Order: sequence, then C-alpha cells, then structure tokens
Amino acid sequence: MDKTLQKDPAKKIGAAIAVCLIAALYIFLILLDNVLPANGFTLMLIPVLKKGAIYSLICVSMNLLNGFTGLFSLGQAGFLLVGAYAYAIFAIPSDQHAAVYQYFDGGAIGFSIPEALAKVLGENAGAFLGAVICIILAGLVAAVFAALIGIPVLRLKSDYLAIATLGFAEIIRAIFQWNGVGPVTNGSNMLRKYTSFSAIKIGEIKLATAFPFFIAMICIGLIVLLINSSYGRAFKAVRDDEVAAEAMGISLFKHKMLSFVISSFFAGVGGALLAMYQTTIQANAFKSAMTYEILLIVVIGGIGSVSGSCIASFLYIACNEWWLRFLDSGGVTLFGKEITVPFFRDGFRKVVFSVIIMVIVLFFSRGIMGDKELSFAGLVRKLRKKKTAEAAEGGAGK
Amino acid sequence: MSAFFQANLPYLLSGISVGGQYALIAIGYTMVYGILRLINFAHGDVFMVAGLVMVYATTAMPMYLSIPLVLIVTVVLGFTIERVAYKPLRSAPRMSVMISAIGVSYLLQNCALYFTGGLPQMYPTIPWLSDSVTIGPATTKVVTLVTPFLVLVLVIALVRFIQKTKIGMAMRAVSRDFETSQLMGIKINSVISMTFVIGCFLAAVGSLLYFTNYPSVVPTSGAMPGLKAFVAAVFGGIGSIPGAVIGAFLIGICENIIKGLGSNWTVFSDAFTFVLLIIVLLVKPTGIFGEKATDKV
Amino acid sequence: MKKLFALVLAVVMVLALAAPAFAADTITIGVYEPLTGDNGPGGKQEYLGMQYANLETPTVEIDGTTYDVELVVADNESSTDKAVSAATQLVAENASVVLGSYGSSVAIAGSDTFGEAGIPVIGVTCTNPQVTIGNDHYFRICFTDPGQGAIHAQFAKNSLGASKVYCLGELGNDYDQGLLNYFQDTAAELGLEVQKEDFPNGTSDFTAYLTNAKNFGAEVIFAPCSIPYGQLIIQQAASQGLDVVITGPDTWDSNMIMDSVVATGLDVYCTTFYGEGGAPEFEEGFKEYLNSDDTALTNNGGNDMIAAVSVMGYDAYYVALEAIKAAGSTDPADIMAALPDVTYEGATGAIAFGENGDAVRSTAFIKHANAETGEWEAELTELG
Repeated sequence: MDKTLQKDPAKKIGAAIAVCLIAALYIFLILLDNVLPANGFTLMLIPVLKKGAIYSLICVSMNLLNGFTGLFSLGQAGFLLVGAYAYAIFAIPSDQHAAVYQYFDGGAIGFSIPEALAKVLGENAGAFLGAVICIILAGLVAAVFAALIGIPVLRLKSDYLAIATLGFAEIIRAIFQWNGVGPVTNGSNMLRKYTSFSAIKIGEIKLATAFPFFIAMICIGLIVLLINSSYGRAFKAVRDDEVAAEAMGISLFKHKMLSFVISSFFAGVGGALLAMYQTTIQANAFKSAMTYEILLIVVIGGIGSVSGSCIASFLYIACNEWWLRFLDSGGVTLFGKEITVPFFRDGFRKVVFSVIIMVIVLFFSRGIMGDKELSFAGLVRKLRKKKTAEAAEGGAGK
Repeated sequence: MSAFFQANLPYLLSGISVGGQYALIAIGYTMVYGILRLINFAHGDVFMVAGLVMVYATTAMPMYLSIPLVLIVTVVLGFTIERVAYKPLRSAPRMSVMISAIGVSYLLQNCALYFTGGLPQMYPTIPWLSDSVTIGPATTKVVTLVTPFLVLVLVIALVRFIQKTKIGMAMRAVSRDFETSQLMGIKINSVISMTFVIGCFLAAVGSLLYFTNYPSVVPTSGAMPGLKAFVAAVFGGIGSIPGAVIGAFLIGICENIIKGLGSNWTVFSDAFTFVLLIIVLLVKPTGIFGEKATDKV
Repeated sequence: MKKLFALVLAVVMVLALAAPAFAADTITIGVYEPLTGDNGPGGKQEYLGMQYANLETPTVEIDGTTYDVELVVADNESSTDKAVSAATQLVAENASVVLGSYGSSVAIAGSDTFGEAGIPVIGVTCTNPQVTIGNDHYFRICFTDPGQGAIHAQFAKNSLGASKVYCLGELGNDYDQGLLNYFQDTAAELGLEVQKEDFPNGTSDFTAYLTNAKNFGAEVIFAPCSIPYGQLIIQQAASQGLDVVITGPDTWDSNMIMDSVVATGLDVYCTTFYGEGGAPEFEEGFKEYLNSDDTALTNNGGNDMIAAVSVMGYDAYYVALEAIKAAGSTDPADIMAALPDVTYEGATGAIAFGENGDAVRSTAFIKHANAETGEWEAELTELG
C-alpha cells in the first residue's frame, strides 16, 4: 500500500492539493469570522456553511449505514435528538439552570463540563475543551442507545428494519418529552444557554465557523478510514450479499451492530453540533420529517459516496435556506427591478424543492456522485492522461 | 358495572370508529405491500389529499356531486402516482422505490401546504353522518356507528372480489410470486394499477369518515393515521386483508384505552403503537394472520 | 442536462446576490414570523397588522430626512431548526429593528442571532417569560404567561365558579406546557382541583381525552394549544355532548376558532390582547384594507374579523417607528438604546417597557365567543 503511494505521483500530487485546499478553506473560514466585512453575502454564507458542515457529517453517518452496510434505517432523527440533548444537558452553565429548568426547580444536574474546565484552564480553553468533551459524550450516549435498540431491531430485514427504527425514533422523542424525566431533559421545554459556536475562540480570534468544520472533518475522516479498513470491506460484503458474506465467515450480526453503533455515534456528534448551531433545542423538531430530509440528501449525493453526501449537504442547505428563499417572497428582483410573479408565495420554495427531488430520484437515481468518490489523485491522473494523449498526437491513443 | 360501562363506553366507541378508519387505509398498505413489497409512504398523504379535495369541492358544487368527485380524484391520483413514481423503478433496488415513495409523500405535503397556505381547512359537514346520536351514556356522531358496518361491507366485498374474479385471482398470483406470474401471462402492470385504484378508493372512503369525525385538514393530517394504519397492516400480517382490518381495530381500541388510563400514559399513546409494532415484528414477524414468508434471496 | 443544471444554479446565485439592492433613504424593519407550519395562520395575521400599519404610515422622519420604511419578512416555518437562518436573513437584509415572532419557541431560538448582530427585537405576542430573560435586545409589548395562567385560573374559579378543571396541552410544546404550569400554580393556591394531560403532536382524535375530562367531572376545560388543535377539541367536545366551558389562551382569539364555536354552540372563552371596539378607527380602516386585498383576506382566514394579534402587530410597528424617531438614526444600536424609554398609546392600550424589556401592561381581556352572533364579547378587563 505504502509502496504504491510512493510510486504513484498522481496520488502524491492529489494529496498535496487536498492539504492545500483544506488549509485554504480554514484560512478563509477564520477570515470570514474575524476580518471580512459583514454584508448580506457573508452573513448568509456563514450559517449555510456551518449547517452544511454539520449536515455533511449527519448525512455521511447515515450513508455509512444505508449506503455502505445496506441497512435501511430511518431512526437518524432519534439519535440526533439523543446527541443534541446529551450535549446540551452537560453544557448548560450552572447559574443558568434555574432559568432554563424553570418548571423543574433548576433540574437534577447541578454541574456543567465547560464551566468546570473553564475554572481550571481559563475561559476560552475551558469552553473549547468542554465543548469537545460534551460532543464526544453526546456521541457515546447516542451509541449506547443504538446498542440497546440494535439488539432486537437488527434481526429484522430491509423495510421491517426501516419501520422499526422509525418507530424507535418516535418512542425516544416521546420519552424525552415526558415530564417524568423533566429534571434532566426539561420535558417539553427548550434547553438553551449552553456553550454554542460563538463561545469557541482562541484569544480574540473567533472560530465559530471553523469549529464545526474541524469536528465534522475529523469525524468524516474517521468514517472514511473505517470504510477503507477490513471492517469497511466486511460492511460492503454484508450489503452486497448477506448469505455470501456469512459464508465467507463474516458475522452478520456483529458487523451490522458495529455499523449501527458507529453510525449512531457520529449522528450523536452531529446532533451535538446541531444543538450548538441552533443555540436552543427542543425535542419537537426531531420528527421523522428530519430523517426523510437527511435520507433525501444522501440520495441526491449518491448512496455509497461520502463526498457525494458532503456536496449534496452544502447544496441542499444553501438552496433551502438561502438561494431559493426568493420563491417564497412574492417576486424576484432582476437588474434592480421588482417583478411580481403570481404563484411565488409562501410554500412555493418547498414545492419546487420536492419536484427537484422527485426528478433526481426518478431520472438521476445515482445522484450527483453515484458510488464514486471525489479524488484529487483521480483528477490529476485524468489531466495527465489528456496531456500525454495530446503529446502523442497522431498516435493510436483512445 | 353500569358505572364502569357509563365511564368507558365512549373510549370503546371512539376506538372502534378510529379503528375502522385505520382499517380502510391499512387495506391499501397491505395490498400494495403484498404485491410490490413496497411500504407506500405516500398512502397517508393520498388520504389527506382526499380530505382537501372534499373541502375545495364542496365550495363549488353540491354534496351529492362532490363525494363522487373526491372518490374519482383520489383514485386517479393513486393511479398517477404509481405510473409516474413507482413504475419506472420496477427493476431498481427496493430502497430506491421506497425513497421514491418518501419523495412523493414530501411532494404531496408541500403541495398541500402551498395550496392551503398552511391554514387548517374546515371539513364540510356531511348531512346525516355528522348528526349527533345518543347511545346510553355516550353521545357521538352517526359516523362513529356507521364506520364499523361500512368497513365490514367493503371488506367482504373486497375479499369476494379477490377470490372470485379473474383480476382478483391475478392479484393473488402476483403477490405469491411476482416473476412466475409474469411468465404465466398475467398483465402485471394492470394488476398493480388495480391494486392502487382499490387502495386509494378505500382511503378516500376512509377520509370521508375520518374527517367527518375530526373536521380539520392540515398538510400533515395524513402522516400519523398513515403510519398507524401501516402498523396495523404489519400487526395483522402484511398481505392479509382480514388481518389488516383486525389489526386496525385492535390498534384503534388499544390507543383509546391507553389515553383513558391517566395522565402519565396519555403521553405515550403514539409511542405505544410503535412499541406494539416492534414487539410484533420480533415475536411473530409475519403478524397474526400472515402466511409463512418464503425468504427470497 | 448537467450544463443546464449548472446554468440554472448560476442564475439563481446571481439573483440571490442581486436581491439586497435598495434605495438610499430606506429603513428596513425585519418581520420574523412563521408563515407556514403549525403557527402559520397566527403568524400571517400578526404580519397583516404590520402590513396595514406600513400601508398607513409608509415613511418615518429621522432628523428632518424622510425615510421609506420597508418591511422585510423572513419565514421561520414555526420550526426551531429553521429559526437561525431565517433570523440571519433579516440580519443580512440590514434590518434596523425586528418585529416578532408569533410563537415563543421560535422567538427564543432566533434570539441569539439577533443578539450577536446587535439588532433589537420587539416581541409582539410571544408570551413565554424565557423570551426576554437574560436577553437585553429582546423587548415585548404583550403580557406574559405567568400573568395569563393566573388570569385563567382566577377566571375559572371566580367567574365560572368551577371547582374541577381539566387541563390539556400539546406534548413537546413549551408554550402549552408553560401556561399549564402557571395555571396549575395559581389553581393550587385557589384550591381548584386540576387534572392535567398531554397529547402528542399530530393528534386529531381527542375523544378519549374529552371522555377523561367528563369522567373527572370537569366543569371547565383549559386547553392552551394552537388553533388547529383548538378547533378539533371544540368540535369533538360538542359532538360528544359535553356540558363544559372551554377556555383557551391568546392564540385562540381567531376567527377560525369562532367558526368552530358557531358550528357547535359551545361556551368558549379566551384571553386576548385587545378588546373589541377598543379602537374603532383602526378597526374600520383595517377591515377596509382586508376587503380591498384578496391575499390579505385569504391570509386572515377568509373573512374580515379582526384578530388581536393583528392589532398587536399594528401597534408593534408604531412602537418601532417611535423607537426609530427617538433614536434619531437607523443604526440598530441607537434604536436599542432608545427602546427602553419608548412609550406609545396604541390601539391595545398604553405601552411602556419595564423589567427585562417586558411591557408594563395594565390590561388583559377575557373574551366570550358568542355562538349566536359569531362575535367576540369582552368579559373581564383586569390583570390579576
């Protein structure tokens, strides 16, 4: 493996390009938060980038399950909810407990991880480290839930699995809203005032947009490593043919469980990031419609493609929350002129959106990327081929 | 005893009535699943659209015209959905078809949102069905009493249709073995269309009854009844029509009993349905009346 | 095909960038309201009041210069997960001050975005105390839930003479649950017997809950839920032949609830921000506006009955204008500094800001829905 890396210059160049691009991206994100002027464009760009990064992680985690292991699960919203709540519960500063848990006498949990760390490490480092610890915690709690749910549910096949996981997500939501656990989850009321993105900074440098990218990128990197490992190959074997995989000595249940738990861990992390982004969370928002939304993004990106899921996430979020908003506003401003379009009114954006989705599902069912990955090495190779083909003019090249 | 009866009759009545309405939706699920192995997520939304069509139809025409119109529009809608969204994907993996179904459901809900502007629509009162009647201690609408009988009549008619007619026989054959029946010269597409037509017709009848009882239509009105009807279909054994009907009545009644148990339980009235579903799937995946499934590898 | 897709995308992007182009002497007031989702009907009615006010007074004078007031609306879809981007849209449109939102959850969810941008927000009908606590930039012109819950409990006990009250709220909705909580607190002090139950989101069958109420022997049902649920509860209570009084929160002050009451003949009361006939001039003008504009009429639910939230929206717009005048600038920071001292005599009574930026309100109304005339009648006009 290492030898081929050294021998293939395309891979080297590709890796170099990727590193440069990532560095450029982070520099841009930090500039965006700190230096660049706040105008209509940058202001809308920031939340779209943040949410896009978070949704990338969430969609990749669903893709790991649906695309790479072939388990059609519709419980993602449930795990997002668990992650978001786990994060928020441990990150609410203790002096805010009385205000947040106003109907539950300040709640049952009397501490906050970022706050405790801030006392030891100083405010910024405490917030950063505390947030990271809470995010990991959120992932772990979601993973534990997944392990418990997985034991019964993973015995089921395809659509039965889908409907059972959907059911579990609904059950989780009902439990979290129940007043009986109110001192922890705040019942039907929102959790708020916990550490959000704006608290993440180094000195005076704000990292509000870079932070979700940082976490999402690490997580997606881990998922990619997993997919390319022997476990990943086993997942794909399970997806392609369960019977054959079992015959090859792959334990079906073990690998399904592994995929389910890992996917839920990252969904939990995604939920925690979502909570940070929204600054308030409420169980009511995590309905099955959210799972469908994520599933549709995965489909648009291409089932079985990590980079496809990421690209689709950014596109979807940008269209839904930014570019297509004008469809709802009653008209368009073209070259400074206001043009009223009669059928542009509230809800039209969503109609256009669902039509686009149906078109993709029916006519481009492989999505943007199919099951291929975006790779710089591949790009470099393609460019080189073109060059050599041009150089060998008149030759019998393809 | 009489005090107990007095206190609990309303739960039972409402359970039977809701159960009957779930049953009409569940038949559509169970028939489509039996033939295509597809959870038609859009079925609940077809039911909602039937409600909306009724709302708009009655503003333009008298009741005796709008009821048939609702039935026709719903049937045409179901037929169109099958032809446009499911038929092109017949050879695609099952997951793609299911995603297409979710897409259709999303589309129908968003269209409803657009046309109603998000405002809840008041369902028209259907004469006689909406009248109040008093039975012993409980007061209710006529529709509550009519529902179980209407369901019974429709189900008997449907079962006879499937057993006696040629197309019914074809349906049974297709649900047993898709490929082989194709080889035997059964026109698979017309059989599938027929399934959707019947399913949507019953959903439209269900919507007439349901919305007469709960007279407010919003774009998400179909989601919960749809999901519960599906659970009912699984509960009774998917593919089995009597199973779906019995499952639906059981779920309708249980749900109302749970709500009557007291304040700590009402929270879980929806969750209960799913708990029931998961238990059934684990203990007897083929449902109460389901035939032993042959695993198609 | 792919090229076409890319082209369409490019055009869309250009449009999005071209959108915020406006004339120099314009001040933007952001409207942060749900236009779709569960709270869509109410949000639209609140926005109608602002639109009418904007039509009536489209300009504001700042230091001798006349500015055009432009209303920019962002739909938060009644959903907390769309709140941030909707709020950011208003920040991006350079709103000097923001009005809204109908529904406390989205108001709380969008609050931090406005706070970080330093834009003041005037809450119109978001009654949850959490909206303004700890948020210096959030002001509010309506009464709050602790007061409202208490009024309902007192009303049930003193005016309706009830001893048993059945409470019903939506699970997972903090508006419902908050009000129920305050209601229960006061009810316990007054010695009312209360049974409280929750229904899950998306419920349409309330028969079992109403039977519970009947078996409990409730004389009053207090159901602080949104309009669609309210309609269903009233309709089903009637078809079950329940002999109870149903009371609802401020959201119920709507012609859609009235339609259900007229259809059933039930005894229904609700709290409201505005008593009928309080400002005849406004009422006349507003009705005229509704009847002259088809879209407005549809958004109002198809008839010209005035919802209290519309009046509140109307007042909120003028409070914002007062604040802009007092600040003497279009800068959000100046307006925020000027807001605490703004007072205004509106259609809904005198408005001044007190602790936490909450309005000092001396008036709250309980209205009775008259099933025969289809009109609301003011019942009680004191704040407990």
